[in-house]
Amino acid sequence: MSVRILLLAAALAASPTVLGAATGWPMQPMTPDLEDQPSLQRGLGLYANYCLGCHALGFQRYERTADDLGIPHDVALNELVFTGQKIGELMTTAMDPESAKAWFGAPPPDLTMVARVRSPEWIYNYLKTFYIDESRPFGVNNKVFGNVGMPHALIGLQGAQREACPAGTADCRELVVEAGSGLLTQEQYDQAAYDLANFLHYVGEPMRLERQRLGIYVLIFLAVFGVFTYLLNREFWKDVH
Amino acid sequence: MSTNALEGDGAAGDLAGGQPVNRERRYFLIGATAAIGAVGAIAAAVPFVQSWLPSAKARAAGAPVRIDISKLRPGEMLGPIPAWRGKPVFVVRRGEETVMRLEENSPDLADPTSDNLGMQPEYARNAWRSRKPEIGIYLGLCTHLGCSPKYYGSVRPEPFDENWQGGFFCPCHGSRFDLAGRVVKAVPAPDNLEVPPHRFISASVVIIGEDEETA
Amino acid sequence: MEQAKGRIPKIWSSLVGWLDERFPVTETWEYHLSKYYAPKNHNFWYLMGWLATFVLVNQLLTGIWLTMSYIPSGEGAFASVEYIMRDVEFGWLLRYLHSTGASAFFIIVYLHMFRGLMYGSYRKPRELLWLIGMAIYLVLMAEGFFGYLLPWGNMSYWGAQVIVSLFGAIPFVGPDLMEWIRGDFLMSEITLNRFFALHVVALPLLLVALVFVHFVALHHVGSTAPDGVDIKKHKDASGKPLDGIPFWPYSVTHDVHATVVFLFIFCAVVFFAPEMGGYFLEKPNFEMANPLKTPEHIAPVWYYTPFYAMLRAATYPLFGVPAKFWGLVVMAAAIVIPALLPWLDRSPVASMRCKGLASKSMLGVFVLSFLVLGYLGITPPSPWATALAQLCTVLYFAYFMLMPWYTQVEKTTPPPERIAPR
Repeated sequence: MSVRILLLAAALAASPTVLGAATGWPMQPMTPDLEDQPSLQRGLGLYANYCLGCHALGFQRYERTADDLGIPHDVALNELVFTGQKIGELMTTAMDPESAKAWFGAPPPDLTMVARVRSPEWIYNYLKTFYIDESRPFGVNNKVFGNVGMPHALIGLQGAQREACPAGTADCRELVVEAGSGLLTQEQYDQAAYDLANFLHYVGEPMRLERQRLGIYVLIFLAVFGVFTYLLNREFWKDVH
Repeated sequence: MSTNALEGDGAAGDLAGGQPVNRERRYFLIGATAAIGAVGAIAAAVPFVQSWLPSAKARAAGAPVRIDISKLRPGEMLGPIPAWRGKPVFVVRRGEETVMRLEENSPDLADPTSDNLGMQPEYARNAWRSRKPEIGIYLGLCTHLGCSPKYYGSVRPEPFDENWQGGFFCPCHGSRFDLAGRVVKAVPAPDNLEVPPHRFISASVVIIGEDEETA
Repeated sequence: MEQAKGRIPKIWSSLVGWLDERFPVTETWEYHLSKYYAPKNHNFWYLMGWLATFVLVNQLLTGIWLTMSYIPSGEGAFASVEYIMRDVEFGWLLRYLHSTGASAFFIIVYLHMFRGLMYGSYRKPRELLWLIGMAIYLVLMAEGFFGYLLPWGNMSYWGAQVIVSLFGAIPFVGPDLMEWIRGDFLMSEITLNRFFALHVVALPLLLVALVFVHFVALHHVGSTAPDGVDIKKHKDASGKPLDGIPFWPYSVTHDVHATVVFLFIFCAVVFFAPEMGGYFLEKPNFEMANPLKTPEHIAPVWYYTPFYAMLRAATYPLFGVPAKFWGLVVMAAAIVIPALLPWLDRSPVASMRCKGLASKSMLGVFVLSFLVLGYLGITPPSPWATALAQLCTVLYFAYFMLMPWYTQVEKTTPPPERIAPR
């Protein structure tokens, strides 16, 4: 286990610092937890209802997702698949790429690996920093993704968030949600953003838990094997003077 | 390869050890290391072997298929359709005469009572080899070497059989099957055509590839 | 029991006898393995040759298996990699073994080459052995470069674009050469297909052939010893080197243990940090190649970065030729110059243990500048970074160019006649 922590620490220390892209927004920390199945299930539910209409998870299959997240197939088919697809199929969207291009300027990107390209933390902060900006085509802007080219899909849940700085502040870092404008409280919305980010972290590398589980056995085996090869080596090298 | 090292004088020239060599310890360590190494090598081969199994994509492509047979008329065949695991499947609707003829158990058949249990689910172990007498569902691959037989549904003399009663004929090696997919004696094919698992969800819609057991 | 024991060796020896009449089985076995003697004071640095072979086998096996599911097309390449990661049983493991193996290969090869610098492994009579090794290194770099395009991620795409554009710096033929390499006016599926063919067929064949020749050459001249002793000088009555150890059991037990220790570290990365913080697998490469969008910060994979930093360090046009061209020249020279070592080293002694202070400090400076350049290559360019890269480039070349001088003037100690008892 300690090796795992050391490696993680090394990897983290070595990784380039993730800032809010070019915007310098102070990121709120977010630690994904793939063991938290209820969170992943909620995240999948949110994704299916609010995101999957435009953003495909085109490399991931419904069946794999349902199995990994502990959702029975019939429940998954009824609650999550709105496109008449089969359980074994890829989680693509029903949206026609041509009309998507007409609406958004570019087809909405596939998000299967977004958590590997950005980071779960980035997604969490991205979902939380949409704010009203009438100058933008979709009426909203984002603090970690400047001049974002999509509407705030979760605005009904979060409510209308605005900048709360005196007019003319260049780099405003205060965002306030208009009370009562969203279905969720701030804590509930934070949880929703967490669940979505956590789910996308899962989808980015669905075999992550399996990989770590298997890795423990492999390292234990190699450690035992190493004891024997060490003793064997020492025993024979006694001859060499 | 020399085993001298086990005796303690294997090393070159003046490397020979001063202390007596524990041969048993050396044999034990060699054996133990080799055994653990063999286990490791076998374990390392597992991913390579497993990766040849049908992938999730193959399994998704071979998922059960839903087929509407309402437009299928007696004497006709639907197919070959890529229905079960992508393999060709024949769906035939048999007329009353045919159903009665099938019940007669012609002496020409190799396995008229479907005694080879691997070739059909239990519910298709009857004279028609199907759930409903009039609807036959068979895997369209000859049990000889896997060609896809052709459907000759009519009762009339055919070049391959002057007394043809309707059924399937495999052009590759001349195997013949009756309209219940039962193989005729003295042809290369050893077994009846396989019946894939299937179930009716209504009178006219059938799901091929799953039944009550596998669903 | 005793009877059975007697019979099996008899069958065995008659089989071997039959084979020996037709193919030099025993001779080859003895020459290359059982009677191949290595100096008895071989240390850590001498394990790298075997480990490199081991990783090569890993790359070949996992590579062949990946090829079974990979689709070399613009539409299909990226998706097929994710297909391997998700849909193929254990596909993720095969891919991580291959991607981690690529980095491990370079770490090991760099350590292997450093051993050569330290103990003078390139010196007479091992010049050819060293040159074959350099050829292996060049093929390995090409192999890594072509393979890096195959996932068809955005970093693959733009990384390859940058490297191919290097050839555009060659006067007169540059632009045409670029089009010829790509087979298109931009990086495209056509380029991907030829890179695929080179990566999975042509270069592996060449690599395996070169490695074989490397072995043959090594076993002809024998391994160096850390202190520069030639173990062939002193032999016993039966012709065995007195300071040597036979392959079995000593080299075998050493190498087996080293392999297990290596595998422990290697598997820790494969199973717990396959991306290695973005160094082994880069973040932008999880996005499909997009000819319209360059990743914000583009850098080659870590094993090329020292040379990439030298490329960027060339900022002055010379003789009316733009700096871009000189960058290419500097980079190419930096990669190739170690091949001249056998003729640059004029020292009377081989090993760093016997060489003087000048050689020791120059080797230190060289290693340090290589590491600093490697670091600078992954960081975005800035004025101070460029200046530091220029300094390190000069030091890198100074190690080689000044070698004929400092190896001759420094005071050395003669190597011992025999290897000291352990």
